[in-house]
Amino acid sequence: MSLMNVLARAEAVAAGRAVPAATVRHRRIAERPLVLVPLTTAGEAGAPLGAMVGTDRAEPTLLVVPQPLDRELRFAFFAGLAAAVLPVVDAYADEVETEPATKNREEVEVCADAPQIVVPNSAALDYVRLLGRSTRYLRTVEDPDAPHPVPVPVPLLGRWLTHYAERARTPGSSLLVAMTELLTRHWATGQSAMEDQHLGALLGWIDPPDGLDGGSAAARAQTGRGPDGLLLSPPAGPATDPVFDNRVLAPALERYDAARSAGATGPMRVAEADVRRLVASQLRPTWDDVWHGVDLLRALPEGAHVEERWKRDRWSFTGHRDRLRAGEPPQPRRDDAVTAAQKLAGRETAQARLYAQEALDDPLVMAARRLAGEAFTGTVLSVEMTWSEGRRPMPRPLLTLTTPDLPQADPATRAYRALPGAKSAQTAEVVSLTPAPGVPAQRGAGGAPAEGPSAAGGGPAAADVPPAAGPAPAAEPQSGPLWQVVVRLTGGMGTGKTPREGSVPEPGDRVTFTLFAHDQRGGPALPEAEATPWTHGGPPQARETAVPEAPDTATAEDFL
Amino acid sequence: MSTTHHTLRERLAALRGPGTAPRPLDARALAALAANPGCRRRALMDAAGVDKGAVAEALGAPARFGQSRFAFSRGHAFEARVKADGCAELLRLLGAEGARAQVPDLAAAGPEGRTARTRLALAEAPRGGWTLLDHPLLAVEVAGSTVFLEPDAVAVAPDGSWTVVEIKSFPILDGAADAMKVGAAARQAAVYVLALDAVEAGRARSAILLVCPKDFSNLPTAESVDVRKQLAVTRRQLARLTRIEEIAAALPEAVTFDPAAPRPELTAAVDAVPAAYAPECLSSCELAFHCRARAREADAVDALGRALRSDLGDLTTLASVRAASCSTAPTADPAVAALRRAAALRAEALAAATGGPA
Repeated sequence: MSLMNVLARAEAVAAGRAVPAATVRHRRIAERPLVLVPLTTAGEAGAPLGAMVGTDRAEPTLLVVPQPLDRELRFAFFAGLAAAVLPVVDAYADEVETEPATKNREEVEVCADAPQIVVPNSAALDYVRLLGRSTRYLRTVEDPDAPHPVPVPVPLLGRWLTHYAERARTPGSSLLVAMTELLTRHWATGQSAMEDQHLGALLGWIDPPDGLDGGSAAARAQTGRGPDGLLLSPPAGPATDPVFDNRVLAPALERYDAARSAGATGPMRVAEADVRRLVASQLRPTWDDVWHGVDLLRALPEGAHVEERWKRDRWSFTGHRDRLRAGEPPQPRRDDAVTAAQKLAGRETAQARLYAQEALDDPLVMAARRLAGEAFTGTVLSVEMTWSEGRRPMPRPLLTLTTPDLPQADPATRAYRALPGAKSAQTAEVVSLTPAPGVPAQRGAGGAPAEGPSAAGGGPAAADVPPAAGPAPAAEPQSGPLWQVVVRLTGGMGTGKTPREGSVPEPGDRVTFTLFAHDQRGGPALPEAEATPWTHGGPPQARETAVPEAPDTATAEDFL
Repeated sequence: MSTTHHTLRERLAALRGPGTAPRPLDARALAALAANPGCRRRALMDAAGVDKGAVAEALGAPARFGQSRFAFSRGHAFEARVKADGCAELLRLLGAEGARAQVPDLAAAGPEGRTARTRLALAEAPRGGWTLLDHPLLAVEVAGSTVFLEPDAVAVAPDGSWTVVEIKSFPILDGAADAMKVGAAARQAAVYVLALDAVEAGRARSAILLVCPKDFSNLPTAESVDVRKQLAVTRRQLARLTRIEEIAAALPEAVTFDPAAPRPELTAAVDAVPAAYAPECLSSCELAFHCRARAREADAVDALGRALRSDLGDLTTLASVRAASCSTAPTADPAVAALRRAAALRAEALAAATGGPA
């Protein structure tokens, strides 16, 4: 946990409610997200108990398995989920826009928008992955030899859920998101990160109901029980409250089983309705919580780079749509070496991109980077024009800045500055870093930068911090010593001998340099799958001759 | 040491409350204790066999967890399946398909009797063949008191080595299982290996056999899990536990954790033993909600997480953290200087966000 986060949590405790951890929204919230709240049967890996799903908060589709250990009922659940999810997916698949050709590729189409799935927490996100795994190899009624066939769309649902769950591993993606992760990214609560995993408690801190402070609202969500002994705010799943299981659900399931084995249709219907009502009672509060979270997030302005990342999500959606249309087999249980390496490299790039973009979009994130010495904001004292040597001298202006930040930079470290209107960042290099002369005094002779900020004159209280565009060094927030940094601009000034207008700051300007790059380049190219070296398992089987992944072995008795 | 109670056992029984049966400490609890060796409250109450759940209930801060009977019956059904037909499946998973194993009867009166039977069975297991001990009972000394542990099974291989078998009902899906659950199983199994080492050092293998359902079925599959790391950690943590006698001796004579005692008395008793609360306790200790409330009352930074302390140096309360962040006096404390800087940067960023162009 960063020091900035510790401080925010301490403030949240004092304030009695959560405080901002971001000033903009760093993830896309779709106009019509598909909310999915799954519940599972305790102790069973692949036995869902029920789910609430839909794009309309007033009318969720309720799916309940009246006996989770019955294969037919489980498959009926999968069919119901497919009927709820696939039409939403299809609605986005055909609305495309055209990407113009570039020198590397031809003109292509990309879906104009993509469906977003929102689940309550990261355990539910993992459960989506599990649902995808358990359904994508199932054999359908089209297969004459299948012992226990499922309706046709079920494996297709599995492949989409698998794709979404895989995409969710890419940092900054928004196709499939967990509400707890979204909320903890944007707010800091007065409890530990572990307790933040409880959606009800988290919302209690962020938006406590009238008459309660964050701490009491969270405590009520975590442990408050009604007169029937059940939690007022049931866990957001996918696991259910054991007390609910033992006291209420188990007897209801027994009544259902008894009626079914007695062949009594009437009592069976009654028992089934009972189970539905019980499962719905556990799902509905979480359903409402997730939409509450959606409302809270929508109130934040979207970060500048979110659209760009969402476009990558759209690409991902389009790519999977194309693979399905091309009739490719379901995703393998394990990726081959080249695919795995590509995924990993892609995620590393996405992580670095997210790291940079969030800081550029959000002063609060940039503040944390500045505290860590990975960026510095300062006021330009002077600009000295110099030029590079060589046949065509290029402008290499030297900027002298004063900054309260202590960048962790040696001379010749590369630095980057966002230029308004420019496509890429302006590059620069750090020339020197010294304590600022004269301000504030008290520094001993050995005041080397490596010592870090330490004892120095008094700063104003936090509230007196001047607005961002302080004109002179004197207006800097003085909570420590000032540093003088000399930076040489090395790019982003056009091709002429005189720098392009507006590309070199003027004395008195306030500028921010980062020590991390703003754009990410992928690493070196990986070999084609066909050229996988033997050290990594050799080339995978040719696609035409490859045997499709076998379905999971079906056992005669239903073991679950 | 106390003068009225002659032995530690009597003293612990008095702490538990007259007429209360001791709650045996299991490997899971021991592993949790080893994860937080600084907690004297947990150490003493576990050693005394206090029902912490009942105490928490009586204190008005009941624990959240329990086991669903679905999970319970599934676990039992799966274990029965693994051990059916003279443990045929288990032998297959141990790599001895088709072999026959002796499964000695370990029934005896009382934990001491069962422990003795287990020792005997381990000693008598013939070389050259397989012997499987179904639910043996092992004894281990923890902080000066004896704890009895019951592994799911212990296999004696033909070469005489002992393997702890841990049967769990979470699945191994496509060759991988939930890392958290495997970690918990490994810590638990490490405690059993320690207990076997107390019988005869060096005979127990440090790789345990984890038996789980395969994929979405109920068919068992197994993986060998190396628990050397967990063993080293548990051994060191258990050795670090303050001796129970010392903790007990520091308490006033009349203290009792009897859940039937009046609440103020019980609260005072519990608070008389120092605890080391961390948010991780919430998932492993019945008393955690009580301790959390106390930590919050004390405004302790620990309530927000263990990792925080490293950044904060001497600052142990949240009020002191906030005070440091807006203090202005010269300081030599790097934690205070960093907090000040963080507060200034945070305020500047928030002001820029609200005052800047929307």
